[in-house]
Formats: sequence, structure tokens, C-alpha cells
Amino acid sequence: MTLQTDLMPNLQNYAAFCHSFKWGEVERYLAGLSGGKGLNIAHEAVDRHAAGPLKNTVALRWLRKNGRVEEATYAELQQRTARFANVLGQLGVNKGDTVFSFAGRIPELYIAALGTLKKTAVFCPLFSVFGPEPVWQRLSRGNAKVLVTTTALFNKTVQQVLERLPGLQYILLTDAETHQSERILSLPLLMAAAPAQFTIPPTDPEDPALLHFTSGTTGMPKGALHVHRAVLTHYMTGKYVLDFHPGDVFWCTADPGWVTGTSYGIIAPLVNGVTNVVDEEEFDAARWYATLEAQKVNVWYTAPTAIRRLMRMDIRPREQYKLENLRLLLSVGEPLHADAVLWCQKTFGVPVLDNWWQTETGGIMIANFPALPVRPGSMGKPLPGVEAAIAEMSDSDFQLITDPGKQGHLVLKKGFPSMFRAYLNDEERYRKCFRGDWYVTGDLARRDADGYFWFVGRADDIIKTSGHLVGPFEVESTLTQHPAVAEAAVIGKPDPNIGELVKAFVVLKPGYETSGELQLDITAFARKKMGPAVAPKEIAFVGNLPKTKSGKILRRLLKARELGLPEGDLSTLEQG
Amino acid sequence: MTDADIKTTIFQLLKRIAPDTEPTLLKPNDNIRDTLGIDSFDALQFIIALNEKLGIEIPEQDYGKTATLEQLTAYIKTKER
Repeated sequence: MTLQTDLMPNLQNYAAFCHSFKWGEVERYLAGLSGGKGLNIAHEAVDRHAAGPLKNTVALRWLRKNGRVEEATYAELQQRTARFANVLGQLGVNKGDTVFSFAGRIPELYIAALGTLKKTAVFCPLFSVFGPEPVWQRLSRGNAKVLVTTTALFNKTVQQVLERLPGLQYILLTDAETHQSERILSLPLLMAAAPAQFTIPPTDPEDPALLHFTSGTTGMPKGALHVHRAVLTHYMTGKYVLDFHPGDVFWCTADPGWVTGTSYGIIAPLVNGVTNVVDEEEFDAARWYATLEAQKVNVWYTAPTAIRRLMRMDIRPREQYKLENLRLLLSVGEPLHADAVLWCQKTFGVPVLDNWWQTETGGIMIANFPALPVRPGSMGKPLPGVEAAIAEMSDSDFQLITDPGKQGHLVLKKGFPSMFRAYLNDEERYRKCFRGDWYVTGDLARRDADGYFWFVGRADDIIKTSGHLVGPFEVESTLTQHPAVAEAAVIGKPDPNIGELVKAFVVLKPGYETSGELQLDITAFARKKMGPAVAPKEIAFVGNLPKTKSGKILRRLLKARELGLPEGDLSTLEQG
Repeated sequence: MTDADIKTTIFQLLKRIAPDTEPTLLKPNDNIRDTLGIDSFDALQFIIALNEKLGIEIPEQDYGKTATLEQLTAYIKTKER
């Protein structure tokens, strides 16, 4: 299966391109700050286009919940992001300070992201479905100085944890008409008063730019820090994987609260000068098809969860909707099974190009490319300039596997521009991710004889749900705060729609009886604290949890029992 | 079923899926998902539970017609005929 289109892909000969590719040469396609003052993502995404032939091209088109369509050309986006950068300046935000957003896909989020990058502060977006605990963990661990949010989310979520955030100096409400206090301010008022010109200060390509939190097996979420140089990957993958061509309309359905929604929902399309469509609404199959038609989308980047929902519809979309503009469909977040790849080919007349990457890698690393035959079910081949391998490792040993088809740890060689530079304030966890020059991704995979990579699973207990990661430890710690819960263990239970759902096994304290009512009470408690994106979707009561002799919960055993799979080596299991 | 019966069923099922919320406080034109702050998985579970409880079949392409309490109630009544 290869892509059928009249337009030649930007990358036509994968092997030759890989052979000749050098990251340094990508810089030639970027402008850089004038006078050799460095490299800034926002300059590449906005200002350089605003000063050139694309100035009147629509950069962002927001499809609002109220049905309205709002647009900003590159020239307008330059002014609005300049205002935001000036607002930050007036509030005393300095280079390297962290600015958070906690909002749905509203225009202010995008303006704040790019304005923060202009100011050389660090931007960190939070998913709006988080409850107060995940929000607090991230704001406090990320040293938040400014938070951009809506009045509704502030009242519902942020206010509950505000006292525990002494370092958070300002909260900018996107929809408040007046300032609420010296700390809680109206963003519209500040924006109206701020100048629409801003000169980006000198930016070292290694200056921190973006912070994305991701979950670990143990401990609380980790803040993966990315630098301005990552824009090389954003540009390169936009051009050669998303295959952007001049005049393209692009729609990435991911929320900026997850890394895809920032790298590809904000930066990559703008750096490549195309029109980026943002839909504020959540998934609705019929409306999504109508959006593809109405917006004349050329390139569509979505997720397996959405594709599986579309597969549930018994319609022939090409007969009901005019989808002739759609040239390329891409998917990320979890492996896309072969049946879904084949369904897309049949339904849309174009293959769906699955790809693989993660928060730490900042951009697409392994992909199916328009010019390469798609192997349904495979994540594809490494990006030119990225070396991926399969490794066998133990605590003391690390060996690359060269035999095709053999399963092992998916590892990436250091040195590509969008590689994370740190877990914020957590040097030890950062160091643990590397074996020499190799970054250990935490995923298991295999490589076939032709160099295609195939996802196998996670090497740890992290749960992948609706395309994002949930750490079992953070859920377990919250559950044990419920007065009836003695112990909890959390696993990812396979689910046909969202990959895995968060399932909790709960041991009650003496004196508590299992009941449907208590189950609902614990569910409500967890959802209030963590929000529906993190809280368990299923809770089961158990008499005890399987543990190792050293007291560590054997989540793998719980999962095997849940799925009716062999229980494996039980030599470390504490009996009794 | 009367409108009141349908609403009672809707509230019961929503409460089971999202016990942290107060579905009875929903106004007729509130977007159920946004107002209760439930995610897409919860929303799908709710529709599946409605299908099972009421013995109807709301197809995926009609989910957009069931966004508010008023829309959903009206939609269920058309399915009952």
C-alpha cells in the first residue's frame, strides 16, 4: 500500500535521504533571530511568517464551542503573542520562569504558549480534565509563576489548591472583565493595555522552552524539559512525516495538555507556514466528518481512539461527505492495529500513517512515511537523523539486539534536537533513563528484517489510556487517602476504545464492608481529587494484594489474573 | 415513558458513571459532558448504559444529537415510538 496522490511527497527516497541527512542542514530552512541572536520557536512559528509572504495567511482557525469560527493570520498572531509577551514582562516574568495554562482548546491558550516562548519563559500546558490533585502536583513541581485559566476552571479546580501554591504569583483569567484581586487578574484587560510590538530577546537554542509532565511507575509526574532547538524536529517532521505543502490546511485533534497537541497542535504546522485548525469541541463522529469537509482539511493527525470510534459508524464517509481534499491521515498515541489501518485505507482512500514518539522525545521519532509502503500494524521506520534500536538489558548489562524479530527495549541514540534535557528538579530519574549514549524509552518493541518497528507493550506498569500515560503510583496514593481504603493497586485493563482503562484493586480497612455504595463513594472521591482523565474507571474490592517478599505490589500478577493469562514466575511472591 | 421517567433514568446512569457529579442540577440546555466535566470514555459508557437500560440503540452518528438533557430526552422519545 503506498499513498495515492498527485502531489509528490517532500520525502521521496527514504533510504537516500537517511544516508545524506544532517540535523545541521535543517537549520538552513529556519530563519534564526536576526543578527545571529539565536533560535526561538515563536520566531520560527510566527514572526518570520508575519514579516514575509505568509503574513495574510490564516495561521490558526479556532472552531469554537458556540459555533463561531475565529481566525488569526500570521500577522495578527504576531501582534497578539507580542501583547502576551509584554503582559508577562509587566508582571515581572523573567527568562526561564514557568507559565502554565489550564484550559480547553481556546484561542488564549495558543496565544499564551507562543507569547511565553517569545518572552523566553517556559510554557507548560495542563489538560483541562485534570482534577485538583494532578493540577497541584504539576504547578508545584513545575514552579509555576503564572497560570492562564478560565473563571470556570479556576472556581472548580484551582481554587481548592491555591493555598498550597505560594510560588504562583499571578492567575490570568481569560474571560474575566475586571481584575479580581492583585493576584487574580483579567487577561483581556491586560492584553488590551499591552503594546502589540515585542522584540524577541536573544535566545540560545539550548534555552528551556517547553515543559510537559508525564507519568512514571513510581513517584509523582515528571516534568520533561525541552529547549528551543526542538523546533528543528518540529519543522523536519512537519515537512517529511506530516508532509506539509504550501497552502495546506491541517487538523491535529490532540489537546495541548498532551505533548502531541503542543508539538503538532501548535508548533509544527506554524513553523511550516500552513493553516492550523483547532476544534474546541470533543469527539463527535458526525461533526468530525463535517469538519473535515467544511475546513477542506488536507492533512489530519488523530488518534487510534478516535479512529476506532469512527469505525463504529456504519456509513461510507466518502459518499456522504466531500473529503477529496484529504491527502494524508496520521495516527499517534498508541499502536494502531492492522484492522484499523486497513479500514482507513478502504474508507478514506488514503492509508493511515501510524507513528511513534513520546513526551520525552518532543517530536515524531519512528513513522510510516508517505513514500514508503505501509505495513499495517507497524509504527514504521526511524526518522532520518534518528537512530533507533532494540536492546536487551538488565541492571548490569546492555546489548543491542541485531536479530530481526526479537523483542526487546526500544532505545534511541542521544543527539536529536528535541530530546528532553531534564526531568525538572529530578536529575536522578533523568540519569536512570540512559545507558551510555542510549535513551531507554520504556517501551518494548521488535524490528523486522526490513527495518520496520513493531510495538509490543510497556516495559513497566505505566498505563496508557486514551493516548496518555497514567502512573499507577499517583492513583494508588490518592485512593489510600479515602477513609475506607487500606491499600490499592492500579493496573491498565485492555479496553477496545481507549487502549487501556485505569482499574483499581482496593483492600478495605477493618470495619468496612464491601458494597455498591462504598464503591461509588470511592469512585467519586477519586474523581474529585484526580479528575476523570486519571481516576479509575473500574474499582474492584479484594481481600489482599499480591506482593513480593520485600512488600512491593505485584501489579503484573493482578493484570495477568484480570486477563486470565499465565501468572508467570511467582518465586518472589509473598505467600499468605 | 414520561419525560420525568426518562430524566430519572438519565440521572441514575450518569450518577453511576460519574458519582462525583450532581446530574439532577443539570439545566435543560446545559451540555451534559461539559457541565458535569466527564471525559469521552465516560460519555460513551453513558450512551452504552442508556442503550442497555432502555432497550434502544443510539448509533454513534447520532451522539451529537444527545448533547443536552432536553435533546437527549427528545431523542429517546423518538426512539421509543
